[in-house]
Amino acid sequence: MSNSSHPLSELMITACAEAWRGAGEIMVTGIGPIPRIAAGLAKRTFSPAIQITDGEAWYTSEPLPLGQSHQQPVYEGPANYDRVFSTLWSGKRHAMVTPVQIDRYGQANISVIGDHKKPRTAMLGVRGFPGNSICHPNSFFFPKHNKRVFVEGEVDFVCMAGYNPDRYPGGQMPKGIDLRLIVTELCVLDFGGTHHSIRIRSLHPGVTFDEVQDNTGFSITRPSAPIPTTCIPTPAQLAIISQLDPEEKRIRS
Amino acid sequence: MTVDEIIAELRDGMSIGLGGWATRRKPMALVRAIARSSLKDLTVIAGYGGPDVGLLAGTGKIRRLIFSFVTLDHIPLDPHYRAAREKGAFQVWEVDEGMFHWGLRAAAMKLPFLPTRVGIGTDVINQPGFKMITSPYQDEEELVAMPPITPDVALIHAHRSDDRGNILNLSVDPIFDELLVRASERSYVTVEKIVSTAALDMKTNSRFNLVERALISGVAEVPFGAHPTSGSPDYEIDLDHLRLYSKSASSAEQWDDYRSNFINVDEASYLSAVGGPSKVSSLPKPIY
Repeated sequence: MSNSSHPLSELMITACAEAWRGAGEIMVTGIGPIPRIAAGLAKRTFSPAIQITDGEAWYTSEPLPLGQSHQQPVYEGPANYDRVFSTLWSGKRHAMVTPVQIDRYGQANISVIGDHKKPRTAMLGVRGFPGNSICHPNSFFFPKHNKRVFVEGEVDFVCMAGYNPDRYPGGQMPKGIDLRLIVTELCVLDFGGTHHSIRIRSLHPGVTFDEVQDNTGFSITRPSAPIPTTCIPTPAQLAIISQLDPEEKRIRS
Repeated sequence: MTVDEIIAELRDGMSIGLGGWATRRKPMALVRAIARSSLKDLTVIAGYGGPDVGLLAGTGKIRRLIFSFVTLDHIPLDPHYRAAREKGAFQVWEVDEGMFHWGLRAAAMKLPFLPTRVGIGTDVINQPGFKMITSPYQDEEELVAMPPITPDVALIHAHRSDDRGNILNLSVDPIFDELLVRASERSYVTVEKIVSTAALDMKTNSRFNLVERALISGVAEVPFGAHPTSGSPDYEIDLDHLRLYSKSASSAEQWDDYRSNFINVDEASYLSAVGGPSKVSSLPKPIY
């Protein structure tokens, strides 16, 4: 991105928002500032039907701006912990998450680096990743695209199930597994290659395919047609982003 | 009851379920009392872990941890938990958040397992303690047989009760405290305030009633008993104190200081050390 004068965080937000284009009436959870702003942008523009929460226990009619104390929102209904599971197990959700590692199968890790019994680095724990991954669509955001994140081989502890047939009884993958987009600081990827292999979808302005491949621990599928450039945010999108993030938390994330 | 009387009911080697969620409504007064007690070799069952797990890990109380995550929320990782985990100080059984809830539900229903797809395709079910089951119906799907999670004792924090254990939880999200109580052999509750049964106004407030009093073995009145986690709507998370707690992992001296100021003291001294009732009552609501 060094060749571009366009702010990277805004570009990544608009790219992330595309994950929910045409999503319909589902629960959307963007975890972390950039995915969360992106979910708000999607709702304010092309996917008005999606349901988003206040980050706690309520659905709100409008996406809440990050940071500043906001006016009392209009609440649409409860999204308490119990109901989150009821919703996600039914498949009516699409989350965007930021794991620590991901591999060629889309298997992702937020639990430990190293041995599970005595880890080199202990992180959060598996959280709800196992259930999310086999019940509803998931997308990913990575602010750093390198070989420590996009690992060679499998991730250290598979928290999020992916497209690895060896992990399933009889090689039969669960019906709910549906990995969508991966947005990084370099490009947008999807799982559209042969056997769901990770494929480049667009390169951010100024980034080359080789640069992405050199920063990835496994082979990325290159489409046969010329690779598109990731869309630059429009003035209208930029205006909404600044309303959703008046304190510019997106830049520090 | 008092906090000390509740702690006197606990034994070495017990499995102890902790309610709340990360930084919300954790039974911290009871956790601190365990941390300063002679109790040892505990199995801590805290699916949605926060400083409760960190404090017990930092004071060497945990032999085994059953959990989905440990976080201080605004501070993503708990340093005391991390340090102990990276030393291999205790065994873990790490499950998905929904599996944890499912294990409590199986225990609450006295079932040997509940079927789920959750865990399939991950390393979670490669841990010992999981078996698969084939659906007996036409689909013959292979499912995870989630075993029950049955704590010997549940410890939770709520807002109001009478002295018989009729409890009101007034926060927006009851989390899974009800299931934790139903899953456990016995349950003890700290509450912000004990009032008369009539003052609970149960006919108006019944939807805040967590669980039948028959399942509650004892209640203790401990104002601000969830601090530094939130007891919303009565008080909010103490982010400054969580930062102080987090920093106390930087050196052995700082951890000793923290322990002598905030753990090895009675609850009245604790409350005064963290600024007193008026300060805790006026903590601002954090923004997500």
